[in-house]
Amino acid sequence: MEKFIYLDNNATTKTDEKVLEAMLPYFKEDYANPSSMYNPAYVTSRAIDNARSQIADFLGVENKKNIVFTSCGTESANSAIMSVFNKSQNPTKHIITTAVEHPCVMAVYEHLEKHHGAKATYARVNENGELDVENLLSKITPDTILVSIMHANNETGAIYPVYDIAKEVKKINKNIKVFVDGVQAAGKIPIELDNTDIDFYSISGHKFHAPKGIGALYIKEGTLFDPYILGGHQENLKRAGTENVPYIVGIGEASMLAKEALTIENTKVKDLRDKLEKGILAKIPNAKLNSKSKSRVPNTTNIGFEYIEGELILLYLNDLNICASSGSACTSGSLDPSHVLRAQKTPFTCLHGSIRFSLSRYTTEEEIDYVIEKLPGVINKLSKISPFQNELKELWGDKFNE
Amino acid sequence: MWEYSDKVKDHFKNPRNVGEIKDADAIGQAGALSCGDKLKLYLKIEDNIIKDAKFQTFGCGSAVAASSILTEMIIGKTIEEAKKITNKQIADELDGLPPEKMHCSVMGREALEDALKNYLNDEDWSELDEEETEEESKIICHCFGVNEKQIIDAIKINGAKNLEDVSKLTGAAMACGRCKDAIEAIIHTYVKEENKVLNPIQKIIKINNVIETVISPELQKDFGDIELIDVKDNIVIVQLKGHCSSCSNAKLTLKNFVERKLKELVDDEITVTTEE
Repeated sequence: MEKFIYLDNNATTKTDEKVLEAMLPYFKEDYANPSSMYNPAYVTSRAIDNARSQIADFLGVENKKNIVFTSCGTESANSAIMSVFNKSQNPTKHIITTAVEHPCVMAVYEHLEKHHGAKATYARVNENGELDVENLLSKITPDTILVSIMHANNETGAIYPVYDIAKEVKKINKNIKVFVDGVQAAGKIPIELDNTDIDFYSISGHKFHAPKGIGALYIKEGTLFDPYILGGHQENLKRAGTENVPYIVGIGEASMLAKEALTIENTKVKDLRDKLEKGILAKIPNAKLNSKSKSRVPNTTNIGFEYIEGELILLYLNDLNICASSGSACTSGSLDPSHVLRAQKTPFTCLHGSIRFSLSRYTTEEEIDYVIEKLPGVINKLSKISPFQNELKELWGDKFNE
Repeated sequence: MWEYSDKVKDHFKNPRNVGEIKDADAIGQAGALSCGDKLKLYLKIEDNIIKDAKFQTFGCGSAVAASSILTEMIIGKTIEEAKKITNKQIADELDGLPPEKMHCSVMGREALEDALKNYLNDEDWSELDEEETEEESKIICHCFGVNEKQIIDAIKINGAKNLEDVSKLTGAAMACGRCKDAIEAIIHTYVKEENKVLNPIQKIIKINNVIETVISPELQKDFGDIELIDVKDNIVIVQLKGHCSSCSNAKLTLKNFVERKLKELVDDEITVTTEE
């Protein structure tokens, strides 16, 4: 067994050995600036070109020119939203997103509303964490210029019907732009962007075994784009700054490997996730499933432990060398627990004790068995510290004092 | 990852005095399930001395550690001694807590206070109060012990205008942020007071300034503009010009942007309208 059991792959992933191998020459021999006028520069610019083809293929895009490399998923999201905002001539810019979005979208929406006079509306989800599409569409006004939706939720793994939503949005008004944050979908489910109504789609390399610090943005052909970072002529004038060649090679390689591994994700990884989820729910009486959406990425489960606080669980798991994450307020240093779980009205009893396990193709059955074996003891021990003894005894029954 | 001291780690991994005292002489509580932490403290008191203490905590690692060390700190102490324990002493005893976690020590202190209050009658409690505190201002930020007077001084003397200013000047709200609403309320009261002294002429000048320097430049970006026509009490009459005058969204601009800005920067009571 490895040094630690890593079940936090929605936070970041381990860089694949093959990805690292592919990157290394671009640190050592092939370091030329791709914009330069000599043969070594031809090597690096061709490497970028190749990576662009790989990403286009990964996203189901025929024309690789529609792919722009960025520094991360957040930059991709920020630049797409800001571009739509800056290009719009509408004086009352109305922008829509969901209540469960990642901060890389939420923070931009709040910023535009606070400082640039935009009007932002947030569409709700139901108690299973499924997006209320009717509700979202009903929020469209004649001033709506942008709809942003994530493809998959980072905390619960819920998949939202982005292709259908984009289609419906364009039926109402073809001028409304649709941005999809695909960071948590890439590498977990197939993506096909050609012949859809999606205008922008963002991905982040380190969520699918490329290193941190590299992302990409798909921009639909013919879409006006206002660059976020100004400077040189790189990336077809859409993103200035000398290209991060080794990392671009890395995300290209990782996307190719991720596409090949999609079957594994949806068979082996999914089976292990299901085993973990069923095992925990069967063995731990105060465990409740938070990932209730019918459609879900194969690697994620979010489980709430009633009457216990999440950070405490993580600290005990850490002692067992198990890495997971929590939507508890205490882990973030903020006052508020997960906005995603609150949006789906997760009861207070297990809101603060929610733990997310996110697997990868490197997760082994041995590791999952170990977690299923150890976790009940941890939760039982922590239950005994809780002031909600009556509630917990009722849930655990005879097993409470075993 | 939090930088917990070894002592904090020891106390949340091996919490002391966990559980309930069936025939407790005093029970104290602090926090709530909805807030993400709750502490229940049980005391056994004989001859004015705390003979035993046990706790049950729903909360993070530092909340459990603070509860655990608190029980160790108070066992054997007299009521008077226990009452003097501050949240800072609890944190110090743990070799410190990260700033964001100081509220965990506050919760310990609150549960202890609640237990002792429940044990003593009101008279005895206030007698104890008088001994140690002179007329002191109400504590607003418990994590860093910042009181109301310090916050008002920050506004009145140092010119703090918002939460950020108050935080920088007093250290309040730098940790858990639970006191943010209370501080905002104080800011609202005392910063607004300045506006109340604006005479009608000063008010019109301020409205005009906001329109010229904040609102108009924004509208000009969309080839529109705005002109101040009249001010009647809190009714501001304006005329939209350029593209704005014929724009179908003029009404929205007026309410969502012009009125909102004037409310924010001049007076909450302002309504904006165009000449009929």
